[in-house]
Amino acid sequence: MADDDEKTPSGVSRREFLKISGIAAAVPLVAPQVVEAAGEKVPVYGPGKVAMSFTINGKKHSAQLEPRVTLLDALRDTFDLTGAKRVCDRAECGACTVLLNNKPVYACTVLAIEAQHQPITTIESLSEGGRLHPIQAAFVEHDAQQCGFCTPGFVMACKAFLDEHPHPTAEQIRYHLNGNLCRCGTYKGIREVIAQMSGTKGA
Amino acid sequence: MAEYKWPAPAERKLIGQRIARVDGPVKVSGRAKYSYDYNPKGLLFGKVLRCPYAHARITSIDTSAAEKMPGVKAVQVVQKPGTEILWQGDDVVAVAAVDEPTAEDAIRAIQVKYEVLPHNVSDSEPPPGAGDGPPGPMSEDDLDDALSNQVPEAQVISRLQKDGVTFQVTDDMTKELKGYGVPDAVINALKAAPYHPEAANQQRPPYQKTAAQTLGDPDKGFAAAEVVSEGIYGAPVITHCCLETHGSAAEWPSPDHLFVHCSTQGVSGLPDQYAQALKISGGNVRAHQDHVGGGFGSKFSPDRWGIATAQLSKSAGGKPVKYMLERDSELMTAGARPSAFARVKVGAKRDGTVVAWQSDSWGTGGPAGAGSPPIPYVFEIPNQRKQHTAVRTNQGPARAWRAPNHPQAAVITMGALDDLAHKLNMDPLEFFTKNLDIAGPRAPIYREEFPIAAELMGWKEKWHPRGDKTAGPIKRGVGLSMHTWGGRGHASNCLLTIHPDGSVDIKMGSQDLGTGTRTAILIVAADSLGIPMNAVTLNIGDTLYPPDGGSGGSTTIGGVSSSTRRAALMALDQLFAKVAPALSAQPADLEAKDGMVRVKSDPSKALSWKQACSKLGAMPVSVTGKNPGPGNLINSGVGGVQMADVSVDTETGIVKVNKMVAVQDCGLIINVKLAESQCYGALIMGISYALFEEKVLDPVTGRMLNPNMEFYRLAGLRDIPELVVHMMTDPLNDNRGVIGLGEPPVISPGAAISNAVANAIGVRVPFLPLTPDRVLAVLEQQQKAGA
Repeated sequence: MADDDEKTPSGVSRREFLKISGIAAAVPLVAPQVVEAAGEKVPVYGPGKVAMSFTINGKKHSAQLEPRVTLLDALRDTFDLTGAKRVCDRAECGACTVLLNNKPVYACTVLAIEAQHQPITTIESLSEGGRLHPIQAAFVEHDAQQCGFCTPGFVMACKAFLDEHPHPTAEQIRYHLNGNLCRCGTYKGIREVIAQMSGTKGA
Repeated sequence: MAEYKWPAPAERKLIGQRIARVDGPVKVSGRAKYSYDYNPKGLLFGKVLRCPYAHARITSIDTSAAEKMPGVKAVQVVQKPGTEILWQGDDVVAVAAVDEPTAEDAIRAIQVKYEVLPHNVSDSEPPPGAGDGPPGPMSEDDLDDALSNQVPEAQVISRLQKDGVTFQVTDDMTKELKGYGVPDAVINALKAAPYHPEAANQQRPPYQKTAAQTLGDPDKGFAAAEVVSEGIYGAPVITHCCLETHGSAAEWPSPDHLFVHCSTQGVSGLPDQYAQALKISGGNVRAHQDHVGGGFGSKFSPDRWGIATAQLSKSAGGKPVKYMLERDSELMTAGARPSAFARVKVGAKRDGTVVAWQSDSWGTGGPAGAGSPPIPYVFEIPNQRKQHTAVRTNQGPARAWRAPNHPQAAVITMGALDDLAHKLNMDPLEFFTKNLDIAGPRAPIYREEFPIAAELMGWKEKWHPRGDKTAGPIKRGVGLSMHTWGGRGHASNCLLTIHPDGSVDIKMGSQDLGTGTRTAILIVAADSLGIPMNAVTLNIGDTLYPPDGGSGGSTTIGGVSSSTRRAALMALDQLFAKVAPALSAQPADLEAKDGMVRVKSDPSKALSWKQACSKLGAMPVSVTGKNPGPGNLINSGVGGVQMADVSVDTETGIVKVNKMVAVQDCGLIINVKLAESQCYGALIMGISYALFEEKVLDPVTGRMLNPNMEFYRLAGLRDIPELVVHMMTDPLNDNRGVIGLGEPPVISPGAAISNAVANAIGVRVPFLPLTPDRVLAVLEQQQKAGA
């Protein structure tokens, strides 16, 4: 068909693109095809599996993953780091919160391929050696958990928040910790955790 | 022989204290494993193709393309062509593949054709005369619905006798129902019910009116009433929105043995459900669960998708297959609380004594309609006339939602009574207190609780007659509600072993929903044996352990605490018999305290726990404590009152809760810290359903418009005000024994907040959730009426 030969903005015709896809699917680990986009050379990955490497909790990990795989699914399914939970899968609830470059992110909406070459910190690193981080100990003390499914994400969100705001105002607490949702209703305990850790009165 | 009772208050070292949950550290560190986290080598990923229509018939299914895809290991048709689908998102075909992306691709490659049928997803008020016809024979869905919505036994039996059933009643079916605790009288009526197979495929009318119920003489009652208030009240269908979605991992270690990791509220109840669906022996099914990410009444069954997961695994040669619902599937199919609405007329004497009630209620529980909510709630009003219309819709099947039917009943009843108090020019606190004589068996506890709640809320300072008269757009008000629940402990078996080396272990088929079940079992065991909690190893959550009841209806704490107490006392009896000679005493003279076994009258004659256990020789002591069992360790029936303080922005319609107070009794409290957590959590969940939650369906397409967590809104930290919880822990309550607490405190928040909003703005917002559009609509009506 004629439109098969239409050039896309990247300069690759659909027919060429399909050829590339076919090659990628059959031989997953070839070097990325390089195309020119907006005058720059851009590597194209996938749609088959691509070799990726990560620095998770200070350790190097590598895997072959499709570019569409999220950081959350890579952590959980490939590296068996199941502390971050899949709950909403679209950046609405915060149960998958991990730190990327020390900033909290919703791992369900970060592609694994884009999380390479940056330090990734998950809940599992906070209590390495079995010793709870003070924030985690405060979660236990104030019973800021029930079923516990939102808890790892909340702990990471609280840690990132307190790192950034060691002495938060009530309004800052309400604003910054509203991106994590809990169904059992543990917010009162979580506010007490923040109050204890920051020496403030809380929200 | 031991006397089966709780230790006297002075003897309790752990029971009744504030103890942190024992699985706290594993949860905060992300090491707690949920079914969703089960990740064995070679795991296959399941996906389910779901029907996009609210009502349709499957005409053809073509899975050939999916079956040929590389990486696809099994394809399972869940519902065959010809099947009528009654709600959007129902399961049609399941696949298992080497990874999730491949499974998703396979789902897209399946071709299903449907005949789209007319749907109804609206539960608005039935037109006059709707549902007056005969109900016709009961389908399996009707029966399920009646049983899970606690329709009175006599009503179910009479319906079965009169109208019969559309399905063949099998022994397997009656056995299963018996297993769920369905009374024999209902099962006998079911067995004898006339069979009408011809009715199974008949289109049934969307409305079904139940027989009118009367009590006393409602006409005389209203004639005697000096003040009558009329209004409309209700709560919509909401979802459970468990954070861990429903689902399981299944594998077949051998061709006739199934092993499942299933997210569930009832581990011990799973094997028979799988066995019946898969035609294998219940003894060949093992279920395991360490932790569950929320259930709230919606997780007792393997569900269609769970059975399909087991079938996929079987087709894939027994390899483990995991399928957990996606968030949208969860909200569309895995749990809906029935709606309940009512037009209410209620009358009182000038002094405030309530004398008459009349209600026309309706609501939907999905394809099978819904039972009537227990209205009027708590108050046994002497003269009543009630009529309920069940609305059959395609909005998805109902499931029990924390305190089934009670929150809806509270919204309707407490709203109507609060409006009546307003019409009487009475402070609701005075009005409700005045009517406590008809508040049922827990009346004395409400009488104690109201003044405590009023004090904690500052009710006297905050309450004003309806309509905050202060200047400005923000209006403030207070409201109250009250509730009751049963909460008697379920059947439980605690296998407790004391080993000769002094170690103690417990095995129970129970589960910890996050309510603190593990912690409670360890508190009771340790306090009974006089050893520290960490000296007892607890194993729960597996069908390898003795069966325990499902965790629903606030029945777990009574079940596990009493079976554990009995097991510990029985084990001590046997231990004392072996130890007594060494202490030159009689077994009955011994006690286990502070890590010692010693003579009661002379504590210096003692052996350490370890030394005492060494007297067992080679054989451990192993006993099973049961509930029910000897001694009065548990009870049923609690009462609670709650008060809310709210601000309403009359320009934006936004309702903000400023403070909530909950005063609650629940008999003897095993762990005050976690009991309070239940109440705080319930208040937060209550604020969430009062202000935000509604399963919104599009009448045109029949589809759910908010199957995600952005538009199916849960309360966040920002929405939660100051919360005050007061547990009634006086000796009188202690003496009643242990009673469940999970359900009761979630019942009142909707009603209390609704009443507070009415107090603030001077007019009733009839239905939950109290969203800005609803608030602004009544304010506009009020303005027009005033103009």
